[in-house]
Amino acid sequence: MKDLLYSDVETQLRDGVRDALARRSPVATVLAGIESGQPYDRDLWRTLAVEMGLAGIAVPEKFGGAGGSLREAAVVLEELGRGVAPVPYLTSAIVATSALLACGAGDELAALASGQAIAVLAVPFAKGPFPGTAGAPAVAVDADGYLSGTVAGVADALAATLLLVPTADGLYAVDASAPGVTRAAVVPLDLTRPIADVSLAAVAGRRVAEGPQAAAAVDAGLLTGAALLASEQLGVAQWCLDTTVEYVKQRHQFGRPVGSFQAVKHRLADVWVELTQVRAVARHAAACAAEGDADLAVAASLAQAFCSPAAVHAAEECVQLHGGIGFTWEHPAHLFLKRAKADAIAYGTADRHRVHLAALVDLPG
Amino acid sequence: MTESPAPARTSAQDLDRLVAQFLAAHPPASMDRLEFLRARFDAGLAWVHFPVGLGGLGLSRSLQAGVDAAFAAAGAPDNNPRRAVIGLGMAAPTILRHGTDEQKRRFIRPLWTGEQVWCQLFSEPGAGSDLANLATRAVRQGDEWVVTGQKVWTSLAHEADWAILITRTDPDVPKHQGMTYFICDMHDPGVDVRPLRQLTGEAEFNEVFLTDVRIPDSLRLGEVGDGWRVAQSTLMNERVSIGAGALPREGGIISTITALWRAHPEARTPGGHDAVLRSWVAAEAARLANERLRQQLAAGQPGPEGSAQKLTYARLNQEISGIEVELSGQTGLSYEDWALRRPAGVDLLSRSAGFRYLRAKGNSIEGGTSEILRNIIAERVLGLPAEPRVDVHVPWKDLPR
Repeated sequence: MKDLLYSDVETQLRDGVRDALARRSPVATVLAGIESGQPYDRDLWRTLAVEMGLAGIAVPEKFGGAGGSLREAAVVLEELGRGVAPVPYLTSAIVATSALLACGAGDELAALASGQAIAVLAVPFAKGPFPGTAGAPAVAVDADGYLSGTVAGVADALAATLLLVPTADGLYAVDASAPGVTRAAVVPLDLTRPIADVSLAAVAGRRVAEGPQAAAAVDAGLLTGAALLASEQLGVAQWCLDTTVEYVKQRHQFGRPVGSFQAVKHRLADVWVELTQVRAVARHAAACAAEGDADLAVAASLAQAFCSPAAVHAAEECVQLHGGIGFTWEHPAHLFLKRAKADAIAYGTADRHRVHLAALVDLPG
Repeated sequence: MTESPAPARTSAQDLDRLVAQFLAAHPPASMDRLEFLRARFDAGLAWVHFPVGLGGLGLSRSLQAGVDAAFAAAGAPDNNPRRAVIGLGMAAPTILRHGTDEQKRRFIRPLWTGEQVWCQLFSEPGAGSDLANLATRAVRQGDEWVVTGQKVWTSLAHEADWAILITRTDPDVPKHQGMTYFICDMHDPGVDVRPLRQLTGEAEFNEVFLTDVRIPDSLRLGEVGDGWRVAQSTLMNERVSIGAGALPREGGIISTITALWRAHPEARTPGGHDAVLRSWVAAEAARLANERLRQQLAAGQPGPEGSAQKLTYARLNQEISGIEVELSGQTGLSYEDWALRRPAGVDLLSRSAGFRYLRAKGNSIEGGTSEILRNIIAERVLGLPAEPRVDVHVPWKDLPR
């Protein structure tokens, strides 16, 4: 059985990330930053990825990383979720980095690990780690080796300096600012994680993997993403619970704190119970990802089947139990609701993961 | 009672040696069962965290598991923990904490050896979640108390020799102040035990009618009027039920519907598939949460997560058994037996789908309703304010009921 607790190192790491977020990106200022035309907090990224070295936390030292583990990266994601931080950590430091690790692409890895480069896997954010279910690749390679095609709904494509593009001819690394690359922003449901449609028109790229290795690299990225997303969802849900509990202690109606009404207390107790399970499931998924465990596919699908609806539930309760203020643009609750709902689609919905589990654990439909 | 041979302070290594010496001197295979258990108690190896002279050595509770394992490996007889459960888990810690020296000497040894079975006379028809509302009256007459009232949901009452009993001795003060705690002789002629039949058809529990039961004042536990505080220490000892070992994946009640699903392709529907998969996910998440709680306890970081587990398992048992009955189709229309039986225990997995479904209804009521547990989580874990109360400062006799 995996260690489902937090080590002392992980706890210190959490404190460091939480401090940095409190200083550089308090929740109350996240929306203002986005509305001022800065969909990404580049200063925050520099602090986390470059100065604190978190982009390379799970990258081996030989590729310029810190040689830590995905268990630690998961703790970083918990805190980023708790702060709905608008930085491309999940997409670049986890998913793209895992894909590059699977193909041993040393040059690109070193750039990512240092935080200087930001890469995204050019697949729709809704795509889950379900091998063999993909249709024809959206991007084709012509006889001269140039890439053309369009991929819809790529998370954090606007922040990326590098695109990892799956094709029938292998996985290509493409400079995001190369001639022929167009990134069209989509109005995102989740304001804190922008998405874009990526179009390539006869763009040059460098093939980093081919054949089965390329497909395996994409699968590795998505599988790690699905497993680690659970930790972000844990952080999102934890903020929603903590913030709501504090609010209902302060808010008075009918001459007493609304948190003294059982109709309110019982709902928050249920969220807390669910969170105890989300934490165990997320830690298990992170441990399986860190160890490359044979159970990772089950752990990742379990994580998404369980943690997606749980985080959405926590966010919906947060909005409802805040009453009127929770329905305003001014209060940050909506950022967490939107993040939770978008996360529920990212890397496959709970329903798709349940269907995938059916095959993995021999419960045929 | 013989004095324990243990030195004043005993280390874990000393303890291993003591156990080995004891087992060498008392071969379990050739000794009378009761004599063996009494000797084990007198050697301080019954429960090492109890004081010297009361079956223990004053050591850490954590050392007991190793002692138990060594005795089990040697083929030693046990003290029939199923029948002794109330005595061991609730009566003994309460007597230890609040009893007189005479009470400790008299009751704890036969309690541990299983010679005397105990039950708990707490809940009443009018005092379930609100135990402090209890109405069973105890009136002092000289050196005795005369007790009249009705208790309910009493496990083991039909086998018990003794009971821990909480009564009302002063109706004129607010309800938490007027209670007194006793040890009650279940063989008193005023004690009438009747089976309480459940909706499963079985009777695991009893109703206990107390009519002019006479209890000597020497069997009072704690001060007159201090019964609520004494009862709190009993209830604190209600065991947090965490499995001794990690369950495997699909261990527990989820195995009933996964087995059914795999064995009966003809029963498969899209809705059934979704229900089975949702239950699989919920059960696996609960299993991992239980494992995480075990790891916290092992690391010396007990958290409040234990209270979440009872809520979750009550819900899962009910949902999964409900799915199972429907997946069973025509078979789900039959039941095992409606005869009034007195089962030795309840093992959901060894019974029928219908029994599981019906018995699981009790899981969200017994040992604290799910509603009370949510209150406890909300108030003690999340720190939310209590509901305003109208029953705290009013004399008990004036409360509406």
